[in-house]
Amino acid sequence: MAAKDLFQELKFRDPVRARALAEAIAREVAAIGRRVSVMHVCGSHEQAIARFGLRAVLPPELELIMGPGCPVCVTDGPEVDEAVALAVQGARVCTYGDMLRLPGTARSLADAQADGAKVEIVYSVSQAVELAEKHPGDEVVFLGSGFETTAVATAAVALARPPKNFSILSVHKYVPAAMAVVAESKETNIEGYIAAGHAAIITGWGIFEPFAARTGKPVVVAGFEPLDILAAILKLTELMRARKPEVANVYPRCVTKEGNLPAQRTLWKAFRTVTGRWRGIAEVRDGNLDLTPEYAHLDARKRFRIDTTPVRDDAAEEAARGCICGAIMLGLANPGDCALFGKSCVPESPVGACMVSSEGQCRIWHTYGGVPDLRKVGT
Amino acid sequence: MDRPAAKIGLKHGSGGRAMRQLIEDVFLTLASPVDGIGLSALDDGAAIRVGDRWLVVTTDSHVVHPIFFPGGDIGRLGVSGTVNDLAMMGATEPLGLTCAVVLEEGFPRSDLERVVASMRETAREANAPIVTGDTKVMGKGEVDGIVLNTTGVALTDRVVSDAGLRPGDLLIVTGTIGDHGMAIMSRRHDLRLEGDLRSDVAPLNGLVREALRAGGEDVVAMKDPTRGGVAGVLHEMAAKGKVGIVIDEAALPVRDEVRAASEMIGIDPLLVANEGKAVIAVRARSADKVLAALRGHPLGASAAVVATAIAERPGAVILDTGFGRRMLAEPEGELLPRIC
Amino acid sequence: MCLGVPGKVVAIDGMSATVDFFGVRKELRLDIVDEPVSIGDYVLNHVGFAIRRIPPDEVQETLALFDQILDVSGAKADLMAQDVRGEIAAAKHKA
Repeated sequence: MAAKDLFQELKFRDPVRARALAEAIAREVAAIGRRVSVMHVCGSHEQAIARFGLRAVLPPELELIMGPGCPVCVTDGPEVDEAVALAVQGARVCTYGDMLRLPGTARSLADAQADGAKVEIVYSVSQAVELAEKHPGDEVVFLGSGFETTAVATAAVALARPPKNFSILSVHKYVPAAMAVVAESKETNIEGYIAAGHAAIITGWGIFEPFAARTGKPVVVAGFEPLDILAAILKLTELMRARKPEVANVYPRCVTKEGNLPAQRTLWKAFRTVTGRWRGIAEVRDGNLDLTPEYAHLDARKRFRIDTTPVRDDAAEEAARGCICGAIMLGLANPGDCALFGKSCVPESPVGACMVSSEGQCRIWHTYGGVPDLRKVGT
Repeated sequence: MDRPAAKIGLKHGSGGRAMRQLIEDVFLTLASPVDGIGLSALDDGAAIRVGDRWLVVTTDSHVVHPIFFPGGDIGRLGVSGTVNDLAMMGATEPLGLTCAVVLEEGFPRSDLERVVASMRETAREANAPIVTGDTKVMGKGEVDGIVLNTTGVALTDRVVSDAGLRPGDLLIVTGTIGDHGMAIMSRRHDLRLEGDLRSDVAPLNGLVREALRAGGEDVVAMKDPTRGGVAGVLHEMAAKGKVGIVIDEAALPVRDEVRAASEMIGIDPLLVANEGKAVIAVRARSADKVLAALRGHPLGASAAVVATAIAERPGAVILDTGFGRRMLAEPEGELLPRIC
Repeated sequence: MCLGVPGKVVAIDGMSATVDFFGVRKELRLDIVDEPVSIGDYVLNHVGFAIRRIPPDEVQETLALFDQILDVSGAKADLMAQDVRGEIAAAKHKA
């Protein structure tokens, strides 16, 4: 069946249903009777929302905020410095494409590559293992970025006895910690959450029940097609209107209550959660995934003495403390409120997560001079 | 204000914003006044007045890797790229092309012969004689395989710039988008995608000739969407014409395999290079005529009207997704597969 | 969380499967998928690993879910009217 037909057949991009869903959302929000803010915590959700222009079909009283959900964007400067240092020290560093240009406190892996360091882009962690087999004389370090969905793949490779010259520099993050950061903030006015659909495939939706109970706010699990997202937002606004702090799974074709148990077992054999710093958000409890002691032999931080002195910029790191991405991601501040915005923090040399991501609030403001309202353009 | 980089990076060659900035900041210092369209116009080529006609000149260096790819090779690319740059300025009858190569020591002779055979065939297709050249060899490791430069010259009565867009004009793409870039990307980044992803590389002067014959002076701007893709070209046309552009996403012709591959790696076909397509802007009243002329030619069978120029938001390119509207950002630099 | 694309399994070799993504094929690892996978199954790909076997009747189930959500919010009647209007318009166009 032709791809276009199949997508139409799947009808998850059907504009007619989309319009009906958008109108229903408008009715629910009108019934709530005031401005409401909801948050999603997934870079791919933001990509889908931006790509399909979904904010343009939502009622203006509904604020859909992108929380700290882009794992690349929340990877901290010093973490990237470690990868750059290893590349400069002579290791063959393998990374997913979207991490290549992420700046550390001074440089990115792309900069190191331009200076002659061995930096390779891989589509899958298994390719990094193949490179280790292909270059037995090199130390091959895989920079493991992404949330738990991606960490499972790294874990699978760790369990499969990779070659001795292979190691992992983990900067993996844990998504439920992102939601906890937001919920625990005293000033937050987020009234509903959209959970990351693909992370939920692994963890199951059951893990959000204690969160909903504790916070008193509903959570919906959403897929990534436009109808998936709109249906989830509609369900969320219904729950918000009825004041039901429940968890609703609007992605049942992929997400179950318990999740993918073999994947979970694999993940927690190789990784454990530790507290870490997220770019622009300071300490996040249980926010990072580190290799367990059983897999210390694969941990690049234990195998090598990583010296970031030649590649880091302490002054920059100090200045970065002026970053207010945390507040921006909670919808409590605008990019214009940040002292660094447009000065030391620009797309070419981003300080905080919101400027790193092509869909980040600050990046969009900087590129378009605010948030453009395109509803009436060209009609 | 973006701070200029101290060192040249790969992004400076990718056809996006960084490259444009580098050209504006550094190369434009070379510009001097010329009777016609010179360096400061930053068009596909130059047009110099000679008597009552225009001499169009363009040059291109080719560094594509792999040099042999599904659908073509660096030789076909070298000839087509230059023929197409001439055609985009309205010069569809090339007088001659040059061919300069820099070869790496150890480059296989059989590969060189294959590349040259491909150039010969493509030149014949385009009716563009290759009239002179140059050959250099550098030591092993000093250059990556082969660098091919082609320069083309042609005469034309009328020069079509890329700055002629006005509100109400319609924008046509001559066929499916993203083919070349996706074919190259699926090989280069070790994505190991199998499927019918093949480059569209082809000389377009015959196709453009038909469009000009049908539309005449109503063809107001033309550009081929190579590096930076259709998005890059529309940004340039919007900026130079001081108009906004709204793209109808549903109207974009995209092959199924290209769509599938682009979804998998998270890269929009609008950002990806094409080597056998053109973006042609026409006054609305001639759009049907030009479209029919394009569709009547083998290289234009999938031609379609995909965008409209508007008076509001000059310089902006807006995408109507069928669900809502959003801004389409200018291509940034080298495209990288996304995992999240 | 991240980019996950559905495709159809066309061949299996141990822990590796060839998956067709609507015209483009790729090898995926099966180490972490939640259920045993057979030829003809749909799976979701994330960075070269299958992370979910998608049940065969998911399309209809998902559409039913969307319609149910619309129903609860009172919009279902409107949707049906839209569909019918659409069909009438399409029939007129063909005539």
